[in-house]
Amino acid sequence: MIQLEVRPTPSRLMSVLSPVIALAFTVAVAAVLFAALGKDPVQGLRVFLVEPLRGARGLTELGLKATPLILCSLGLVLCYRSNVWNIGAEGQYLLGAITGGGLALWVTVAEVPMAPWAFFPLLVLAGALGGAAWAALVAFLRDRFTANEILVSLMLVYVANLLLSWLVFGPWKDPNGFNFPQTASFAAATEVPRLVRGMRLNWGFGVALAAAAATWVFLFRTYRGMQLQIGGSARAAARYAGFSSRWALWTSLLVSGGLAGVAGACEAAGPMGQLTPYVSNGYGFTAIIVAFVGRLHPLGCVLSSVLLSMFLIGGELAQSRVGLPAALSGVFQGVLLLSLLACDTLIQHRLRWAASR
Amino acid sequence: MNELALLVAAMLSAGTPLAIAGLGLLVNERAGVLNLGAEGMMLMSAVAGFAAAYHTGSDWVAFAAGAAVGAAAAAAFGWLVIWLNTNQYATGLALSLFGGGFSAFVGVSYVGRKLVERSHYSVPLLRDLPFLGTAFFEQHPMVYIAIALAGAMAWFLYRTRAGLVLRSIGESPDSAHALGYPVRRIRLAAVMFGGALCGISGAYLSTVYAPLWVEGMTAGRGWIALALTVFATWRPARVMLGAYLFGGVTMLQLHLQGLGVQIANQFMSMLPYVATIVVLVIISRNPLWIRLNMPASLGKPFFPGA
Amino acid sequence: MNRRSLLKHIALGALVAGTTLTACKSEPPPPPPAPAAPAKPAPLKVGFVYVGPVGDAGWTYAHDLGRKALEAKFGDKVQTTFVEKVPEGPDAERVIRDLVTQGNKVIFATSFGYGDAMAKVAKDFPDVYFEHATGFKTAPNLRVYEGKFWEDAYLAGVLAGKMTKSNVLGFVATFPIPEVLRNINAYTLGAQSVNPKVKTKVVWVSSWFDPPKETEAAQSLMNQGADVLLQNTDSTAVLQAAEKNGKYAFGWDSDMSAFAPKAHLASCALNWGVYYVKAIEDVMNKTWKVENTKWGIKEGMNDFVKVADFVPEDVKKKVAETKAGIVDGSIQVFKGPLLDNTGKVLLKKGEVADDAWRSQVNFYVKGVEGKVPSGK
Repeated sequence: MIQLEVRPTPSRLMSVLSPVIALAFTVAVAAVLFAALGKDPVQGLRVFLVEPLRGARGLTELGLKATPLILCSLGLVLCYRSNVWNIGAEGQYLLGAITGGGLALWVTVAEVPMAPWAFFPLLVLAGALGGAAWAALVAFLRDRFTANEILVSLMLVYVANLLLSWLVFGPWKDPNGFNFPQTASFAAATEVPRLVRGMRLNWGFGVALAAAAATWVFLFRTYRGMQLQIGGSARAAARYAGFSSRWALWTSLLVSGGLAGVAGACEAAGPMGQLTPYVSNGYGFTAIIVAFVGRLHPLGCVLSSVLLSMFLIGGELAQSRVGLPAALSGVFQGVLLLSLLACDTLIQHRLRWAASR
Repeated sequence: MNELALLVAAMLSAGTPLAIAGLGLLVNERAGVLNLGAEGMMLMSAVAGFAAAYHTGSDWVAFAAGAAVGAAAAAAFGWLVIWLNTNQYATGLALSLFGGGFSAFVGVSYVGRKLVERSHYSVPLLRDLPFLGTAFFEQHPMVYIAIALAGAMAWFLYRTRAGLVLRSIGESPDSAHALGYPVRRIRLAAVMFGGALCGISGAYLSTVYAPLWVEGMTAGRGWIALALTVFATWRPARVMLGAYLFGGVTMLQLHLQGLGVQIANQFMSMLPYVATIVVLVIISRNPLWIRLNMPASLGKPFFPGA
Repeated sequence: MNRRSLLKHIALGALVAGTTLTACKSEPPPPPPAPAAPAKPAPLKVGFVYVGPVGDAGWTYAHDLGRKALEAKFGDKVQTTFVEKVPEGPDAERVIRDLVTQGNKVIFATSFGYGDAMAKVAKDFPDVYFEHATGFKTAPNLRVYEGKFWEDAYLAGVLAGKMTKSNVLGFVATFPIPEVLRNINAYTLGAQSVNPKVKTKVVWVSSWFDPPKETEAAQSLMNQGADVLLQNTDSTAVLQAAEKNGKYAFGWDSDMSAFAPKAHLASCALNWGVYYVKAIEDVMNKTWKVENTKWGIKEGMNDFVKVADFVPEDVKKKVAETKAGIVDGSIQVFKGPLLDNTGKVLLKKGEVADDAWRSQVNFYVKGVEGKVPSGK
């Protein structure tokens, strides 16, 4: 009978190999699926893994898609490391889009003269405040009423969606938009400045990378960061050492909400240039996968954001180039995460044969 | 008056999938395992149930198919969290996300298909009662099965030895293990049973409630079922109450729209979700109350012999 | 964290970097030189962007039927591609741009939300033709097209007005945009033209395609007495719910008669193919120009089909007469005197609505209960 035996020390080899094995497994599953659908597996894999990286436009689009994922997943890393299970990043993203987009709308409608480089920090601030406020609700309810943050944050996602819908159908609807659910297009000055001429990659990407670096420093080089992690993983020890898990709760949720909010604001004022009900693509939920595939490590989040963006963009390309169905990228994401979780056990445990007892 | 009866009937029907899924998750959680993959399991069973009903024309085959798929998914989940001791939250989430994508993928050829004409169920004689007849006795059998299930579960948990063992595993798996009970196998059985019930709930949605398949059709019901178990402080009867309340709020909101109530419809649509939060807060308010009622080992990994 | 996690990140990074390098190195091979002998002209490549799944039996399904009609008409002179379930946001721009770089010379985007993306890509590719359904933004190489859905809704109203016993009609609506409000109003006006006592109740499901929610909405309407339902959602859920309860309903977007033999009164079907064929002919004959095409029953863009056999003969006759009247212009759906349901005058006696009026519809006509959801 195969048994799992705890290793005396976690295996370094496995922690390197685990994501590689999981990715290889996912690729194998993909190839099998393509063949089962009657398509050439090599071409299918090429479209998913190679095509999205083609050329300057490919890489910048990848970066653009990865930006909200990086920002949201960084926040989730902080939360999950503190044992705060924030599932509502999507709702916090939407609130950030609302507050950031709202600011852009006000600047547009009130015709406030503004330089793009001056507006951008205000946009980031507005987005962060919106997202953090939404997350603060979750923190408050958990702090004061011990309400489970998983369920509260999730219900708030639905509420946030409906709130956005109400705003763009109602008070914020563009009076010149033929009664369609959208705000007026934001003034050119409010658009997030671009990084590469002619491409859509913008400063949001820079903010995302900076946030990744800052998170890394915070988690691994500051005392507070260590407190946060211990507060999450060993409550009793933390209390004994005087670390407050309440502080960890509030910090992780507020920062996480703020980061997701920034992502939302940059998306609304960046590639969209207006607020519509479609400002999100489920980035808040994909970020959960990103955080885990990135091993709850800031650098890992950046890499896995890119990887998952490849899956998403590849999924679109797979439709028009190879004729594969749209639902495939969801399947691959799920397989990747599940196989990663399975492989991860091999870090802490090893397999061995044992005589049945 | 008839309108009220119809509203009650709609409430019962809307609450049933939540109730069945909630009861399944309750058994899960009583054994100490938190399965956040409920949404994914429900979706996969919904597409399996629809496909089964489409090809065989029978509701009951559809429910069986849904239960089988749900149990299988739960078994995979159970193997990961019980034997490989992966993080329960993360694995459950992964299952939800995978279930969503997989069901969409498998269901592509079933979108826009129609099922065979369904029979109209009602209880003879009783359905002619004024008010009560319309309100309670013109429902699909599954509605009544759900109620019976709650009763059976309460009896199982509180009046049988097996139920006691299950609950003790949920409270203290180490003690149960010391007493010689096969903790992991019992947990797996509980998880699979929970998965089967979530599966029946998903199949009910796609074959009886709105006999169509479309991806993501559960629209968060799996998550709401999870919230229901907390709302119900892990007691079967209260799960039913919560399920019908929630179904009620949803139908009420639509009813109010039809009456021309002047609140923006988005706020009306928010009602069920806000109601869930409010109820959750009220229930969780007293941490002692939660601690007294929540299975102590919920969400924690178990290592035999560790 | 330390060397351990650094190692694993290097591994992951190497993987990503490795694939990037292979991608950059493998440029596509140069196109083969043109053959000497006159070869058959390369087919015109046409791309379609869909907002929903092709199999939804509703909106996207109808567009895909149009695409197939194009293939049937032109054979191997065209080559069509489609991408489905494209979200109406920043992703749309990428998809459209990719279709263009793949060589598609005509792009059809089949939902309102693609307007901005179409405009942005159109600017970069002046030699590609962009056609946007139900939109309003145009450019030298971007034009819009739409069906006159309200004509079908009016006919449905006429049929409903005659078939209803409770004089309460129900409408399962998606989002309060002008198109949907026009349909609700046309439905009501059509019913009132044969049965002045009729009232319409409206429930909003805030989604184009959500069968369980549509079923609940339909149930709620029927619980409140509605016995003939119309919807502008994309699935057959409302029709099936009506069947289950012994009430009447209509198909919308496509012929849904097979889904509910007892409940189905008629279907408001869309036939995008007629426009798609015209658009391609415009491109091939070089007669393409920017216009805002609104075609209705007369041109064949939409039609009121499969009126049920069990409908009485005199009712069928009335429907046919009304249809003929719409086609030859003698019957106008929106004409004065017209009041909204608060008593405000919308159109004076003798006035007929024009396109501008129709695109600004944000009210309910008299007979529709409730207030248009607008947050105001």
